[in-house]
Amino acid sequence: MILHVLRTLQLTVACYCVITCSFFTLSQAAGKYDYIDISNPQMKKIPVAVPEFKPLTGNSMEGTISGLGAREISDALEFTGYFRSLDKGSFLVDPRQADPAMPQFKAWTTTGADFLVTGAVMVNDTNLDLELRFFDTYKERLLLGKKYSGHIDDRRRMVKRFCSEIMKLLFGNAGLFESQIVFVSSAGPGKKEIFLSDFDGSSPKQITHNGSVNLSPALSPDGQHVAYTSYAAGKPDLYIQHIASQKAVLVDQKGIGISPSWVPGRNELAASLSFSGDPDIYLLTINGKIINKIVDNPGIDISPSFSPDGKKMAFVSKRAGSPQVYIQDLGSGRVDRLTFEGNNNTQPDWSPKGDKIAYTSLAKGLFQIMVIGVDGKGLAQLTYDGDNESPSWSPDGSMIVFSSTREGPSKIYVMTAYGTDQRRIVDLAGQQSEPKWSPSSAN
Amino acid sequence: MKKRMFVVLALMFVIPGLLFTASCAKKAVKSDAAVAAPSDDAAKKAAAEKAREEELARQKALEEARLKEEAAKREAMAARNKFMNENVYFAFDSSALDATAQNVLKDKAAWMKANPKEAVIIEGHCDERGTVAYNLALGERRAVACKNFLVNMGIPAASMTTVSYGKERPVDPGHNEQAWAKNRRAHFVIK
Repeated sequence: MILHVLRTLQLTVACYCVITCSFFTLSQAAGKYDYIDISNPQMKKIPVAVPEFKPLTGNSMEGTISGLGAREISDALEFTGYFRSLDKGSFLVDPRQADPAMPQFKAWTTTGADFLVTGAVMVNDTNLDLELRFFDTYKERLLLGKKYSGHIDDRRRMVKRFCSEIMKLLFGNAGLFESQIVFVSSAGPGKKEIFLSDFDGSSPKQITHNGSVNLSPALSPDGQHVAYTSYAAGKPDLYIQHIASQKAVLVDQKGIGISPSWVPGRNELAASLSFSGDPDIYLLTINGKIINKIVDNPGIDISPSFSPDGKKMAFVSKRAGSPQVYIQDLGSGRVDRLTFEGNNNTQPDWSPKGDKIAYTSLAKGLFQIMVIGVDGKGLAQLTYDGDNESPSWSPDGSMIVFSSTREGPSKIYVMTAYGTDQRRIVDLAGQQSEPKWSPSSAN
Repeated sequence: MKKRMFVVLALMFVIPGLLFTASCAKKAVKSDAAVAAPSDDAAKKAAAEKAREEELARQKALEEARLKEEAAKREAMAARNKFMNENVYFAFDSSALDATAQNVLKDKAAWMKANPKEAVIIEGHCDERGTVAYNLALGERRAVACKNFLVNMGIPAASMTTVSYGKERPVDPGHNEQAWAKNRRAHFVIK
């Protein structure tokens, strides 16, 4: 009997070894450093250790930054949903003694870390020097080493930049941590203002102050402007506002001006205007002048979203009798219908990776977030609880931000591109809705 | 002295005399009217009577006219209130006008024809389901559908403007079909 059990255990251990080995063999074979394949939804979270940084001179600020900086890296990596940051209590190494450039890899693999981040901090008056290193603990290799010099207040920016480098190295993604999220927050009926927060929903700042109902914000690729619909002049009009100066341009047309969406990498945007009698989609300059008409069709045509190369545009049309998502080739003008399941499909958002479109679908009386390949294949439902609307991809295509009523009032949530790790991110009173992720403003 | 006394004496005779004359005269008239054909006084009375009757009639006519005017005002007020309070309702995700909707719009057309100087705002609204942008577009379709119907009934387009409120102004904040049905509406406002 005991022999039988032992045998089984032996087999199990053998199997695990085989799996681990093949994973690393594959990576080796692929070259310099192979990207981790995150298209596998079964992938477990990557365990990473982020001990406190090592203070180099004994300046009192260094101690604070050592803890704060390590925590920020840990939070940022965990935010992506792809990493699991190990508990400091399990660490066998004292970061104040260890050499950040030459870690004891075996001590780290023993705690279960696949990757390790070390840091060294030097503060001189208001000057901060931060050395950060990223290691593969099993391969015992340094993957990234960066030194950042700047003002002591730039700590968070340095941290974010380093995390971006990690994401680029492992997943081929860039720009998540420098991005921002724009959304609508309602303090009460008849009052909806637009807010801007960091990539993780922290530090929300109010950017419209007209006391009216403001809707559907969209951040420009240069990060300096926001387009939105506002009732400030008594009817739903399109505005384009320079965020810093608060100066807004009104797109002065009869009818409604709604669902603005920027062209990737350009200071141009598409929006739906109904001055011709029914809502059609137009291309506009950043000053609100019409360049040309993109979609000319009777009935409702709204909610444009461009492919990352700007050559195609997804949008919502009721031309077949119910709101569905269509894709128009901007060169040839050819229009193909994308969605065939369900009779209410709206709010398409094209992934910055180019291969998928997220959208909102009415399913069993509730709104849910769906993802579909641009070829129409691979339809997947990502949410199930409450009303979930307004999906928007992060600039690196790794996450989706959306609104959800699963807790009662509407709040802002994020999840990975596969629908895992769904959690609330913005902490504000009232109801929040219509989030949109910015293009990266990394410089 | 003697003169004055004389005057007083005279007056003492004259005044009662006058009084007697008057009463005598009355008595004389009364007895005459009671017995004989109408004299001048009788005619005067008849005339006074007629005047009173005419006055009454005039008052009555005025009163009737006043009542009629007040009733008309009330009716006009009621029609005005009905115009503003009676909404056109829609099915989910639709801007089509069913038979009930068309009847409501016919009443609206009648009012607007009776009040050609009035300008009207037609508001389009949606229930809370569905996305902000889509509901803004749908709300506008509802308002425009009403306006087009009225234009076809002969109401000048220039007297009507449309505005969409999407799902931003529900009348019923409930989260059930009852509330939603109340919110899917076109609402008329007199400018």
